[in-house]
Amino acid sequence: MGEDCGQAIERLYYFLDGELTEDRRVEIRQHLDDCGPCLSAFDFEAELRVMVSMRCRDEVPEALRARVAAAIQAEAQRRSG
Amino acid sequence: MADQASFAEAAMEYMPSLYSAALRMTRNPADAEDLVQETYLKAYRAYGRFEEGTNLKAWLYKILTNTFINSYRAKQRRPQMSDVDDVEDLYLFRRLGGSEGAAVGRSAEDEVLDLFTDTEVKEALESLPDTFRMAVLLADVEGFSYKEIADIMEVPIGTVMSRLHRGRKALQKALLEFGRERGLVG
Repeated sequence: MGEDCGQAIERLYYFLDGELTEDRRVEIRQHLDDCGPCLSAFDFEAELRVMVSMRCRDEVPEALRARVAAAIQAEAQRRSG
Repeated sequence: MADQASFAEAAMEYMPSLYSAALRMTRNPADAEDLVQETYLKAYRAYGRFEEGTNLKAWLYKILTNTFINSYRAKQRRPQMSDVDDVEDLYLFRRLGGSEGAAVGRSAEDEVLDLFTDTEVKEALESLPDTFRMAVLLADVEGFSYKEIADIMEVPIGTVMSRLHRGRKALQKALLEFGRERGLVG
């Protein structure tokens, strides 16, 4: 991989995090248009991100919802009392 | 300033995401529930000071994070310090993606999404030291910006970037271990 690749990979996370300036984003997109291996790597990392986000989901126990609602209500009544 | 009567309507929708975050932080369902309840109560009490139109989710997460650090973190069994110096860039990609993946029988059509189960991803994240874990959780699971994370964790942006960089490496290392166990890695 060339120098451009090295730089693109260094900036990969900032790119995926949306934390690059527009100029830098354009530079990287241009590089990805020209470089299959880097595009593969970027795609993989982007999909990994989506996977982590989607897999870290949990069902809220109904009892917890009820507890929290009750606690807030009790607090509200305490205040207006 | 926000009106407490409207708190429930505004804040309850974030419970699933706060609960997941609490589970990742405490690694214990009973503590996670207590942490969520405590967070909501504190948020309710402070809601009068919340500026409507600003980021409610970030505000709630700040309360959650502070409450975790102050009340729950001390009692935790600390995970082993993650040595990520041996984790180079594109660590997982070089072993599971592209041609490497093809070499161990993974086709291009196989989604990265399907590589790991819910349990494996959660356990991998939970195996990280808590500063790394929180940064990765806030960025990759919840989508907060560096600036928002800096505000939530009360650290400089540079620290956020460093924790994220190292945390993601640690996560990839942990995920690879699961991959090895399942024979995904050549």
